[in-house]
Amino acid sequence: MFYKRQIPLLITLIAGFVFMIQYFVPLKASQNLYAWYLDWALIIGIFSGIMGFYSIIRLHYVKVIKKAPNWYFSLITLLCMLLMVLSAIFTGMESESLFMKFYNYVQVPIEATMFSLLAFYIASAAYRAFRARTAQATALLIAAVIVMLGRVPIGEYISFWKNIAIPLPGGTTWHIPSLTAISDWILNVPNMAAKRAINIGVFLGSMVMSLKIILGIERSYLGGD
Amino acid sequence: MGFWNRITSIDRRAIYLLIAIAIIIPLFFPMYLPVPVSREVKSIYDYINNLGPSDVIILSEDFDASTMAELQPMFDAVLRHAFLRDVKVLITAAFPTGAGLAYRSVKRIAEEYEKENGRDYIFLGYKPGFGIAVQMMGIDIQKAYPTDYFGTPLRDLPLTKQVKNYKDMKLVVTYAGSGIAGVWLTYAHERFGLPMAVGCTAVMGPDYYPYLQSGQFIGLLGGMKAAAEYERLINKPKLASAGMDAQSWSHIVMIIFIIIGNIGYFITRKKKA
Repeated sequence: MFYKRQIPLLITLIAGFVFMIQYFVPLKASQNLYAWYLDWALIIGIFSGIMGFYSIIRLHYVKVIKKAPNWYFSLITLLCMLLMVLSAIFTGMESESLFMKFYNYVQVPIEATMFSLLAFYIASAAYRAFRARTAQATALLIAAVIVMLGRVPIGEYISFWKNIAIPLPGGTTWHIPSLTAISDWILNVPNMAAKRAINIGVFLGSMVMSLKIILGIERSYLGGD
Repeated sequence: MGFWNRITSIDRRAIYLLIAIAIIIPLFFPMYLPVPVSREVKSIYDYINNLGPSDVIILSEDFDASTMAELQPMFDAVLRHAFLRDVKVLITAAFPTGAGLAYRSVKRIAEEYEKENGRDYIFLGYKPGFGIAVQMMGIDIQKAYPTDYFGTPLRDLPLTKQVKNYKDMKLVVTYAGSGIAGVWLTYAHERFGLPMAVGCTAVMGPDYYPYLQSGQFIGLLGGMKAAAEYERLINKPKLASAGMDAQSWSHIVMIIFIIIGNIGYFITRKKKA
């Protein structure tokens, strides 16, 4: 229990405070400590990759052995992993290698296709769900339409009014902004204000959570007993 | 069932078909609509345009194939610009699946400009624990990447003599469809003072405007339109420029659907009332 709970909490407490202070200390010893920490962190990072590899193999292996529902997908995953690893070991990772052929002609098209399908789902969802039911929904709808048009060249092209000059007192003129200009304003003013507010909230929350972890108040990262 | 009821409950396959047509036809019959260059794209162009053969920048391909349609053209455009200016380039990747994409792109463009790995650029590739590698490069690149992607020790490459850490670099441009830009911002920019710019998907663009206005980013490439703008600036119209018409028409079709959907909604609601 002591090794599982108290020791990790102590390491977190000491490391948390030491590296918090280290950030603000420009001395050589402080920089050396930082470099030393990075060496360790990189090694741990590499081991976490090994852990991840082991974990995914174990997960799918158990599914195959137990003939869990859709176990054959797990078998395909394991076979594909093995194929990629072996092809990289035996044919290298140069552009003409078997590994790169699998990557370029199988993995890349599959990933790109999966994501590309989103365009169709978004169009269908927008048609069914994007309704001006309330004032807020209407504001969102109008802003979305302007940004959608303003972020593609056709928005500028169809803004026929942009060259209309309205004379102002004092001899100056005002051009009605194009869809691109209105879209830029939406992104640079209301969007940015909202994002700033969200970011401040998120980062304050992160700081509080970090302090709770360092002080041992938040312990869920240690896992269950 | 009335006309508007039928319209509001249209089969989703009809929507898919119309979107597919709106994307595919402009690719075969492009209109080459003019692409106005935005300030946030121009500022990256100007920054790189003021660099020369003694300068080194990092381009980090921090995405995989899922977002390559938007991000790869902007990576290619900035790399082309750097090679045109004879600026030296280090190329990294935050994901193992992104390293392969970067590799095939760098190989093609390097051949186009007769650039050599180790002399004009170094392809560093992927490193596990990428956040740590980003921090380590601020101290010593050779500690983060003892070898390049092909296993050649960095100490044996001529370009390494020109660059030790972020102090010897002028810029990092990260291309990401995830929050990895935050890692570069926190460590490379804030901790080590390396100027940075971001290339991101259009949907992520709004997230980064606060950093642009605060001056933490020198510029922002948001979505395929930004890539098309950059291609126009370097006078090399490629994939993004070709895709602009398709994107324009797909947006128009989507907006028409939204308008029709709303008209149908109001008419059917009035009838129900």
